[in-house]
Parts: sequence; C-alpha cells; structure tokens
Amino acid sequence: MSIIRTYIIGTVTEGLCVLALALIAVSARAAPYVPKDDSVVLEHLPVRPSDPVARELRQLRAALAADPRNRDTAIRLAERYFALANSEGDPRYVGYAEAALKPWWNLSAPPLDALVMRAILKQYSHDFSGAMQDLKAATREDPENARAWSWRAAIDMVQADYGQARKDCTALKDIVSDLYAVGCFAYLDGITGKAAAAYRALSEAFVRSGDNPPEVKVWVLTRLAEMSLRLGNVKQAEEHFRAAYFEPINDQFLLGAYSDFLLDQGRPDEVIPLLVDWFKSDILLLRLAIAEKALKAPKAAEHVEALRSRFEAAALRGDKLHQQEEARFDLYLLGNKEKALALAQENWKLQREPRDARILLEAALAMKDPAAAQDGLDWLERSGHEDPVLRETARKLRALRP
Amino acid sequence: MKPAMRTLAAILLALASRGAFAHKPSDSYLAISVEGTDVRGQWDIALRDLDFAIGLDDNGDGDITWGEVRAHQADIAAYSLARLKLRSGGADCPVHATAFLADDHSDGAYSVMRFEGACTAEAQAIEISYSLFADLDPQHKGLLRLEHGGGTRTGIFSPERATQSFELEKISALTQFVDYAREGVWHIWIGFDHILFLLSLLLPAVLAFGGGGWRAVERFAPAFWDVFKIVTSFTVAHSITLSLAALGVISLPSRLVESAIATSVVLAALNNVLPLVHGRRWMVAFFFGLIHGFGFASVLRDLGLPQNALLIALVGFNLGVEAGQLAIVSTFLPAAYWLRATWLYRRLVFIGGSLAIVVVAGIWLVERAFNMKIITP
Repeated sequence: MSIIRTYIIGTVTEGLCVLALALIAVSARAAPYVPKDDSVVLEHLPVRPSDPVARELRQLRAALAADPRNRDTAIRLAERYFALANSEGDPRYVGYAEAALKPWWNLSAPPLDALVMRAILKQYSHDFSGAMQDLKAATREDPENARAWSWRAAIDMVQADYGQARKDCTALKDIVSDLYAVGCFAYLDGITGKAAAAYRALSEAFVRSGDNPPEVKVWVLTRLAEMSLRLGNVKQAEEHFRAAYFEPINDQFLLGAYSDFLLDQGRPDEVIPLLVDWFKSDILLLRLAIAEKALKAPKAAEHVEALRSRFEAAALRGDKLHQQEEARFDLYLLGNKEKALALAQENWKLQREPRDARILLEAALAMKDPAAAQDGLDWLERSGHEDPVLRETARKLRALRP
Repeated sequence: MKPAMRTLAAILLALASRGAFAHKPSDSYLAISVEGTDVRGQWDIALRDLDFAIGLDDNGDGDITWGEVRAHQADIAAYSLARLKLRSGGADCPVHATAFLADDHSDGAYSVMRFEGACTAEAQAIEISYSLFADLDPQHKGLLRLEHGGGTRTGIFSPERATQSFELEKISALTQFVDYAREGVWHIWIGFDHILFLLSLLLPAVLAFGGGGWRAVERFAPAFWDVFKIVTSFTVAHSITLSLAALGVISLPSRLVESAIATSVVLAALNNVLPLVHGRRWMVAFFFGLIHGFGFASVLRDLGLPQNALLIALVGFNLGVEAGQLAIVSTFLPAAYWLRATWLYRRLVFIGGSLAIVVVAGIWLVERAFNMKIITP
C-alpha cells in the first residue's frame, strides 16, 4: 500500500511541477516588463565587438558599404558569414550573407563566384531546386569548379539520387586532392550498403593525407564513426566520436551525432555534460531534453517548454525547416505519435538521409502503420543501407503487415 | 589555414553538414490594434538584431544591459518606425513611441516598444508596409497580429511581401454575440457574490423543512423542480433589471447596488440557519434577482456597449450568464442529492457552508457600504 501511495504522491507532484513550469514558461513569454535597474544584463552577444572575427567582419562591412558592388568584398563577407552560420547554427548569418550578395541575388546569370555562393545560401534555406539550378549553371560554365560539384553531390545525396551523386563524385575525382575525392565516394558508399569498403578507403586516405585542419579531421572522424555504427562496431564508433570531440573546434553536427549515439546506447547521463551549454541550438536542445527526460532530470520540463515555443514560433513564421527535429520532439518528448508521423512524412518529401528515414520508420512503428513508412522502407531496400537500428525497425514494421 | 585549404575543407563540409537551422531565425512581433481612427501597437524586436543594425553595446563588453537599451530608445524608435508605414484611406497614419519595456522570447531578449497614433478618418482598410532589416537580413520576418473590433488577424511580412493591406470589415453579429456570451459566462464564473447567492438558495433544495428541522427529500423530482423554480425566477428577474439598466431606463448608484447584493447573500444564507422563508424561496430569488441584474449591468457597461449592436450584446451577455449558472447548478444538484442524507451534507455543507457564506458576505457588505478594504485585495 505504502509503495502505491508513494507512487501516486510522486506522480501527482511531478505533474504539478510540470504544470507549474508550463505556467511559468507561458507567463514569462506573455508579459513585457521594465527591468529593475540599468545594470540588468538582458542579452549576451554571441561575438564580442573586440573579437578578431567581429573586427574583420566590421571592416569588410564598412568596405562593402563604401562600395556595395565590389564583388570580391561581397563574396568574402558572405563566406565569413556562412562559416559563422555553420559553426554557430544561427540562420541570421545566412541572411547577412544574402544581403551582401544583394546586387547579384536576382540576376539570371551572375558571375561564377557569386552564382556558387548564391547556391550555397539557397540550399541552406532548403531551396534545393533553386540551388541546383545555380550549381548546374556553374559547372556548365566551369566544369572544374570543385566547390560547385561538391555541393551538387551534397544535394543529390540529401535527395537520395545516388546515381547522380556518383557522377558528381567522379567529376570531383580529378580536380581535388585524394582525401576529398575518396571522402565523396566513401560518404556515398557508406550510405548505400558498402560501409566496410568505404570505412577502409576513407581511413587509409586519412592516414595518407598527413596532417589536416581540425574541421577536416572532425568531418572524417564523424563519418568513420557513422560507418562503424552501420557495421555494428560500437566500440570503434565511440573511439572515433571521442577523437573528433577532442578536436579544438565546435561542430554541432558532431555533437548531434555523438549524442544520438549515446542515447541509442542507453547512456543519457553522458549526453548532459556534452550539451549543457548548447541551450540556444534547437537541434542540440532536442537531444539534451530527450536525455533529461530519460533521466527524469528536473530541467526536462523547462527544456521541453522552450522547444515547444520555438516550434510554435517557427510555425508562426511559416517555416518548414524543422520538420525532422519537430517529428522527434513530438514522438519522444510529447508522445504525440500522429503528428510526429505526419511531420516525418512531410519531411521525407524534401530530405532523404538515413536520419530522415529513421524518424519516419520509428513514427510509423509507434502508430503501427507500416504503409505510412512505405517510402522509407523502399529507400532502405533500394539503397542497401546497413544501419542495424534502422534495419531492426524496418523488420518490426514489416512484421505488422497482415 | 591557407586560403586554398579553407576552400577544400569547405568541400568536405558540404557533405553531411548542410545547415539544419539550429537557431530560431530573426523575427519581430508586431501587434497593432485599430479602433475607429485610433491606432495602438506593440513591437517586439530582438536586441541582437537591433545591436547589429544600430549598435547597442556601447561599452563593447558583449553584454547588452537595460541601461544601454534605455540610452538608445530614441534611436530604436527612429530606426524602427521609419521602417513601418501605416496608411488608411490614402493618407498616412503617423505613430509615435509611448513606452519602452523588455521581454524574453524563446530565443533571447527583445526590446518592447509601445506606440500609438491616429488615422485621419475611419477607413475600410489599413495598408501596412514593413521593411525592418530588409537591407541587412532578407531572411528576417515580421509577424503581425492585427486586432480590430474584437477580431484578430495575422500576417507575415518578408522582403517579398513587404506591403499588405487588411480589410477592416465590420465584425459579424455572430462574432459579437459569441464574444458577449463569453463575457457573461466569465462574469458569473468570477462573480463570487452571484455564485454564493445562488448556492445559498440551492443548498436547502435537497432538504425539506418540517417539524422544526430539515430532513432529506425522498425523491429527486421535488428537489429538481425547486431548483428549476429558483433559477428561473432569478434569471427572469435579473434579465429585467439588466436590460432596463443597460438601456439606460433606470440607473442606480453602484455603491448602493453592490451593498444590496451583499445584503441579499447574507439574508439568503442566514435563512438556511434560521429559517424564516421556506416554501417560497423562488420569490426570494426573484426579488433579489432584480438587484443582481443591476450588478450585471455595470459589468456590461464597463465592457463598452456597441451602440450599433446593443440588442445582440445584451442578449449574448445574458445568455452567457445563464449558461454559467446552468453549469454551476448541474454540478451542484446531483452531488447535493447524492449526499443529502449524510451528516457531511446536513451539518458541514448546509449549516457550516451557510454560516461561512454569511460571514464572507457580511464582510463584503461592510466593505461596500463603508467603502473599506478588509478581504478584497
């Protein structure tokens, strides 16, 4: 009896805490206030004005303001902002980059460098067809433009057009160094059922290439970790993740992949220290909240509320860029299976990478609706993708069929 | 890193690092309300965006303080209001900032600027041109909430859709009716004096007086009809005075009305403990209902009565009050009937509850009659 009573009291208390936090979150959002005095700090800027990056950006901006049609300056500024968007994950910087390219943004045939930069910015906002159109024009004009070919490969892979992606990698082969050419093929092979060969090729090329900048190391190590997972080698995957994590740069994609790995391994407690400072990043906050929920940590309710209000804000502005993450949010944090499945299906129309397939299959499994994930199941067969977690989910889904 | 290497690194990063938007993009929240020729608004703009546009971090320490925001209030107003144009009937509706506050949205701190202004004439449509940050960040969007005559519309501004026109149509009679009905329900829900008066009359409905004391009724039907008569007469009575007062036929000072309402609650509850009237409680309900009607009328007056839709508002509000009452009665009656024979009901709820009501209403009476504050915050 006393166990039941304790349980009931515990559950009720937990429910009340969640409710109280929800109310606090709602009221915090609803009421503008006058801060109590002038010294109250309202906001921390992501980059201090005295930071060398900020100084360089300021100089470039001033130079561009003096001469807005100077393409060299404009593209240099756009490059810097795009790099910031990637490392900080803040789409504002993509907007700033777009503003720098304004004189060339609506031209039908801008100069080559502006064309490629425009394509890169367009794909960031998921305008894949617009980006592809620009990239095709760029590679027509300059068949040896490595950047344009690599972005073509990236977009073809997102859309699961592996035949075309192989052609893109082939085009890259003779115009970039060994590691990058091997990297392109290995990425493709690693997704399409040849992970063992891809792993071997990429690790050998990595050793051959000698020392590399940290961004490249993190990229290669993260890919090697993913391939190890697809081959079922958990220990090796972890070694690669850890090696990448100790490189001296911030990479959200690594942190996301590493956290997903730890969550899959049932080690949510190790996710917390990894992500504790990434509250501002939606994709990482999602993983943090999933880990906290698994641990019944007190912060979970607050973080779920923060994510909810961010998804609401995205819906308000008409964004559809978050659907994969929002589907995970609905499925694992709210238990809203139906909405999760609808979002995962909608997302699959635009993006078809392994993680997009995974949420589609898992949401369909939660709804016990194998037909809803038919496109994902077909992709799994066609691509020959090896990930054991995905394969197991697919097996369960198929078993549901009459 | 050498430039060539940087370019090559970017090639690999293209693969599997396409930008999932990790942050919320830049938005501002613009709320505008138009009533007649008056325009009022509130504009929430992210401090990060304002800092990028006009520079707020004066001491360059990477933190934006309230003091720094305050020092730039005039700049913020000038910069933002120059990028918002409201037009109606072919003429500008100039607005000016009236207050500055701060707020936290899900992605950080925002400057909150309230503003107001006027159009030259009441018009059929309002045209809004929004170009905030269009030159700095073409991905920025302005999220508009436009309120007019009780209705709300939303809009999204972007550089591609910088100017939008909103019809200021007359709101439908149905919307107005529903709005007033909702206010009626809300008023009975928060109007404790009305609820307590009704409860005082309802408490004895499942009991019968005889032989110097109260005993439980045998069947449900008499209790139900008793309640039905009480609620109906209360309703008819307060509808009469509510209408007369709302139409301006009779007008009573509100202090008198409020004191009389408190008195009615005291007397109704006291009658349960020391019964004077028992057979005809519906007559009590009718008589005091007349007084409660004046109380409802003052609420309706505070809400603002639309002269063009007086009847709709009156009927809507009244029906809302009835619906609220009905909700209370339909929860009360079955519970009371079920518990009527128990000690809990007859002693604790009936006698104890009535006494408690007498005390509370007595304090109200003193407060209202002498314009004091004892328990009312």
